[in-house]
Amino acid sequence: MTVDAGFMTPGDKSWVREWLFTIDHKRIGMLYLWCIMAFFAVGVFLGLLMRLELFWPGKDLIGPQEYNAVFTLHGVIMVFLVVIPSIPAAFGNIFLPLQLGAEDVAFPRLNTFSFWLYVIGGGTALVSLFTGGGAPDTGWTFYVPFSSVTTTNVSMAVAGVFILGFSSILTGLNFIVTIHRLRAPGLSWARLPLFAWSLYATAWIQVLATPILSITVVLIIIERLLGMGIFDPARGGDPILYQHLFWIYSHPAVYIMILPAMGVISDIIPVFCRKSIFGYKTIVGSSLAIAFAGSLVWAHHMFVSGMSDTAVMVFSFLTFVVAVPSAVKVFNWLSTMYKGSIRPEPPLIFALGFIFLFAMGGITGLVLGSAGTDMHVHDTYFVVGHFHYVIFGGTGFGMFAAIHYWFPKMYGRMYDRRQAIISALLLVVGLNGLYFPMYLLGLAGMPRRYYDYLPQYTQLHQFSTYGSWITLIGLGLMCYNLIRSRYRGEPAGRNPWAAATLEWTLPSPPPTHNFDQEPVVTHGPYEFGEVQDDA
Amino acid sequence: MHEHRDYQGAKMGMWLFLFTEILLFGGLFVLYAVTLGRFPIEFHEASKLLDVTMGTTNTVVLITSSLFAALAVTALQKGNRRLAEVFIGLTVALACCFLVIKYFEWSHKFHMGIYPGSADIADWAPGKQAFFALYYTMTGLHGVHVLIGMALFGWVWWLIRAGKCTSDHYVALENGGLYWHLVDLVWIFLFPLYYLIT
Repeated sequence: MTVDAGFMTPGDKSWVREWLFTIDHKRIGMLYLWCIMAFFAVGVFLGLLMRLELFWPGKDLIGPQEYNAVFTLHGVIMVFLVVIPSIPAAFGNIFLPLQLGAEDVAFPRLNTFSFWLYVIGGGTALVSLFTGGGAPDTGWTFYVPFSSVTTTNVSMAVAGVFILGFSSILTGLNFIVTIHRLRAPGLSWARLPLFAWSLYATAWIQVLATPILSITVVLIIIERLLGMGIFDPARGGDPILYQHLFWIYSHPAVYIMILPAMGVISDIIPVFCRKSIFGYKTIVGSSLAIAFAGSLVWAHHMFVSGMSDTAVMVFSFLTFVVAVPSAVKVFNWLSTMYKGSIRPEPPLIFALGFIFLFAMGGITGLVLGSAGTDMHVHDTYFVVGHFHYVIFGGTGFGMFAAIHYWFPKMYGRMYDRRQAIISALLLVVGLNGLYFPMYLLGLAGMPRRYYDYLPQYTQLHQFSTYGSWITLIGLGLMCYNLIRSRYRGEPAGRNPWAAATLEWTLPSPPPTHNFDQEPVVTHGPYEFGEVQDDA
Repeated sequence: MHEHRDYQGAKMGMWLFLFTEILLFGGLFVLYAVTLGRFPIEFHEASKLLDVTMGTTNTVVLITSSLFAALAVTALQKGNRRLAEVFIGLTVALACCFLVIKYFEWSHKFHMGIYPGSADIADWAPGKQAFFALYYTMTGLHGVHVLIGMALFGWVWWLIRAGKCTSDHYVALENGGLYWHLVDLVWIFLFPLYYLIT
């Protein structure tokens, strides 16, 4: 047996060929991870800029046009470049084949191609800021008619979105085929780790919903370039149809964002409670149910757009239905913890932060899902607070939990656990400070996307901005801890958490070719009886 | 590292991709359905301006090319590489023919001033304008798919030449054929919806 020091170590080829043109799923995952973190930093910076501008009423830092561009960029970068690919493209690529006992994903070259599409799409979106008529100012939803008439560089930005969508589709396609075809002997569907199951549900949404976004952005481009008038009522078009098409993708997209995070949490909680997951089958079923029902609720974004009352009631009802499987998961996690032997390690702390923040966002989702209350808070800061709780508190925390859970596996080193826990707590406090005032602002009537506001909102805006500083400190501490530990951390063994899924049977970091022999799976992913602790 | 070959996996991947293509066009078919429901009479009138002969010819051309694509797969499966190459060539030639006919059709319409945003149709009823907006968008997008299909067959032809697509490893050609059938299928829906809606 040859000694392989892990997939991270340099080989004999040039760095560019080793990394940028690699077909190794682990390296592609790492590339995604680094790119996503870089874009995340840009998105955070833009978010902070908005919070600073809103510290006092009136103009402080940037003017209205710049503000419009900043919230558009913040949205586009965070949604399309960070949150959607965050867990599936980064951790899915690294760990899905390992959890399946496979050598690689089903189509390794297609995987490289997906990564390159991501880079090209991200590049196109960024170039759109500095060329043409200036940075897009439409908001990340690109609503017509404004997006078809504004002179800013919308066409290029949506072209970037199209390319990113293609990348997302191909990743999802690759994962579905991988899960169907490349499971190790003995790894039946009922033994699949819940992270893999969540990626499976996510991949179906990616494959089935993203094409609708693709066609929608193509329509914006041809509308702008050729003046088609497909969404222009004067020429027989209909702008409401744009909203339908857009949300048919973009609502399921929030489940692309949240399902993998739920998968990460479902993998972490049993490990740190030393208990098999409570209700494995209901968690699997709820993932699939979310993927299915989540595709039927798009028009709850459009209660005030002038749809028929019947449509409003139907979509309101369906929106309540999709809350059920999410709640099922939360109850499963809590039941798993009940009478468990809990070890408060950093991944668990992040997972608990996830549950709390996700619940905060999920419950307010019901306020928005019922048409009556939605009329009151529609397009106010209440909505901003809601989706940031779900997306930053949910997907973001899922991402951080994943980083802290798999860090020793990826780098073969352990971070400072105390600092990690402190950063998690700082983030929970910071996010609540940042987003809770937004609920109150929204209830008080502060509209979203305004760069100026009436004086009575000042205090809550300032409170929110203080929260953003605490969040920044938390993020800073977390990054410092992780980056320092990548070079100086204590060496970690194969299985520091004594977890039972297949990736922990490999050395840390895993060798280039994954498993020397194809593993044969003899027990479920959360049966810890035979697992040896190897820190 | 052994080369990973998974016939069923490759076919599955292609089918999933075809789902995404169906959904891509699906968005446009939804727009068509809604607009037709709103302007049935205008659609009927606008449809009369299209040339049914050219549309029918193109339908026949495309279905025939799909037949040749299927024959190419069978020929390669039976080990007749030469014949497979001939059938691929015929498929691409007919695809070309389709685009040429399309070109004449479109340029004739343009010449008459029928295109979205033209001064001549600005006074038309909104429904008629919407018909042509959708017509150019959908047939245009379909045309792009024809081009992609031609490129795909060119690539498969090269694979066969290079000995990478053979009688016992023909999935690239088979997937190319599947893609071509989808392009054909989309046209089979576009044809009656635009040309025959009377």
